[in-house]
Amino acid sequence: MDCKNIIEVIEIQDFYQRVIEMKMHSWRLAQICAVRIDSGYEMSYSFCKDYDMITLRLLVGMEEKISSITQIYPCAFLQENEASELFGVQIESLDPNYHHKLYRIEKETPFKEKG
Amino acid sequence: MAKVSKSPWLLHYDASSCNGCDIEVLDCLTPKYDIERFGIINTGDPFQADILLITGGVNSQTEPVVKQLYSQIPEPKVVVAVGICACTGGVFKECYNIKGGIDTVIPVDVYVPGCAARPEAIIDGVVQAVAILDKKREEYRRQKNAK
Amino acid sequence: MAKRSIIPFGPQHPVLPEPIHLDLVLEDETVVEAVPSIGFIHRGLEKLVEKKDFKQYVYIAERVCGICSCGHGMGYCEAVEHVMNIQVPPRAEYLRTIWIEMSRIHSHLLWLGLLADALGFESLFMESWRLREKILSMMDATTGGRIIFSVNCVGGVLKDITPEMLREISQTMDDMERELKPIMETFLHDYTVQSRLCGLGVLTRDQAILYGAVGPMLRASGVEYDVRMTGYGAYGDLEVAPITAADGDSYARCEVRLKELIQSFRLIREAIGKIPEGPIAVPVKGSPSGEYFMRIEQPRGEAIYYVKGNGTKNLDRFRLRTPTTSNIPPMLETVKGCQLADVPLLVLTIDPCISCTER
Repeated sequence: MDCKNIIEVIEIQDFYQRVIEMKMHSWRLAQICAVRIDSGYEMSYSFCKDYDMITLRLLVGMEEKISSITQIYPCAFLQENEASELFGVQIESLDPNYHHKLYRIEKETPFKEKG
Repeated sequence: MAKVSKSPWLLHYDASSCNGCDIEVLDCLTPKYDIERFGIINTGDPFQADILLITGGVNSQTEPVVKQLYSQIPEPKVVVAVGICACTGGVFKECYNIKGGIDTVIPVDVYVPGCAARPEAIIDGVVQAVAILDKKREEYRRQKNAK
Repeated sequence: MAKRSIIPFGPQHPVLPEPIHLDLVLEDETVVEAVPSIGFIHRGLEKLVEKKDFKQYVYIAERVCGICSCGHGMGYCEAVEHVMNIQVPPRAEYLRTIWIEMSRIHSHLLWLGLLADALGFESLFMESWRLREKILSMMDATTGGRIIFSVNCVGGVLKDITPEMLREISQTMDDMERELKPIMETFLHDYTVQSRLCGLGVLTRDQAILYGAVGPMLRASGVEYDVRMTGYGAYGDLEVAPITAADGDSYARCEVRLKELIQSFRLIREAIGKIPEGPIAVPVKGSPSGEYFMRIEQPRGEAIYYVKGNGTKNLDRFRLRTPTTSNIPPMLETVKGCQLADVPLLVLTIDPCISCTER
């Protein structure tokens, strides 16, 4: 079966709008992934519908704040908390916010630095 | 096995293992391996347990749980570390959130290697633990009488 | 208004082989809300890609979880192979498919046993696990490991199965299918089981999509979604169809998993019938550069493997989104409004795999 599996880089100002559109067309939130890059973070939000998968990608600066999508997809809370705790991505209005107590690890944001 | 004087009860706790050893521990209870023929029962209550079976390396969050469970088991007690992660940390040793083997937190009497530890090895470890338990019980009685 | 109280559930609990903790907010005996706290098994395995080279990492990926081990190895390898443009020999794809289907049988039987145990139906638990031993012996005979096999490698598989052994596997599938019948009959038609499962923890179709359920949990709510349909491995040549149920309750989840067992027996027999001759691995040269999202249907549902390589032997990032991560939010939804005594059962019906979730 042929199915889409594409990555689309989008701007931060379009992000919230795009996620709302995804929900309106009943796409299912598949995963959220943070990657550390030189200039900051790469956030990938993947959505699935039927057998297609679309990944929306945001490039976020080190200190830049992004808004949480838990208001749209409540199930995002685990993975967003994880990104914020392990990578130190600044996510606003996260609900529920574990305040870096999801994994309760001793080391702070272990994925922020390489090695 | 003639020395098994009583039926020891097991308490199993997963201190951050990959699940492999845990299901093999459970497997020991089922018809093929049937650990109950040694009079051993898996209990969920630390206050009734004699032998503590621990799988997986210890991380910062399970450390207090392991210590608490250990303190809740009445004396004399025996600790069996099941699987290579519980013995030394195994493949997870280099992870930032793993302290290492169980013996970094509580004293361990029997080490069962393997990834995942096979049921035969686990049963062998438990049988050794029973012998140690007998010895400890004797020691405990002697100390009590001396008082 | 009834008085509210908070009951802690876990991490060490008799029905749970693995630690998870829920704070249950109760009104009398009814659950109003459940707040999960996880992290008891967090090891930080994704970080290890920076220390191990990408071929060694297969062994770490397989040890993310002992139950879904084979699938994790396969998912990781397929993702790396996509990045590196490696064409895996067809025989290796078939072997992987046979092993991952065997893992599915072992995982589903394990879950059925745990479910029976949570119901207090001890003999059914023993029967399910007795049957599971057969598949474990088959895995032991073909790979040398009972639950963690380490047969996957980037570029193919490490071991082949002889024609005699393939015939024996096929024979065992027939035997197991026959022996499953009475167990299936009990799970689906026994009065005690029905009275505990029917109508419990209903997840509607819309809820399942909104809360991002995957695997049997999603299919039990009537959504036809099974990643095997995308045709990775040898599934493109085999006849796969998603197995669904309409009701979305605990009984439906049990029914879906039982029917998937029968499907897996059939898939293994079909794969054995069609398996081509040839090499089982290709040599791998160079290092991965690029990224790929790989999806695989694990026993518990869709798992996503993200690999990003930078041209060196160490990957930049490996991300694994496991089925249980996706299934926890819908589980919290089903717990709302149920009785305290049903909570262990509801936690169990998502087939939680905590070591996967926390990695």
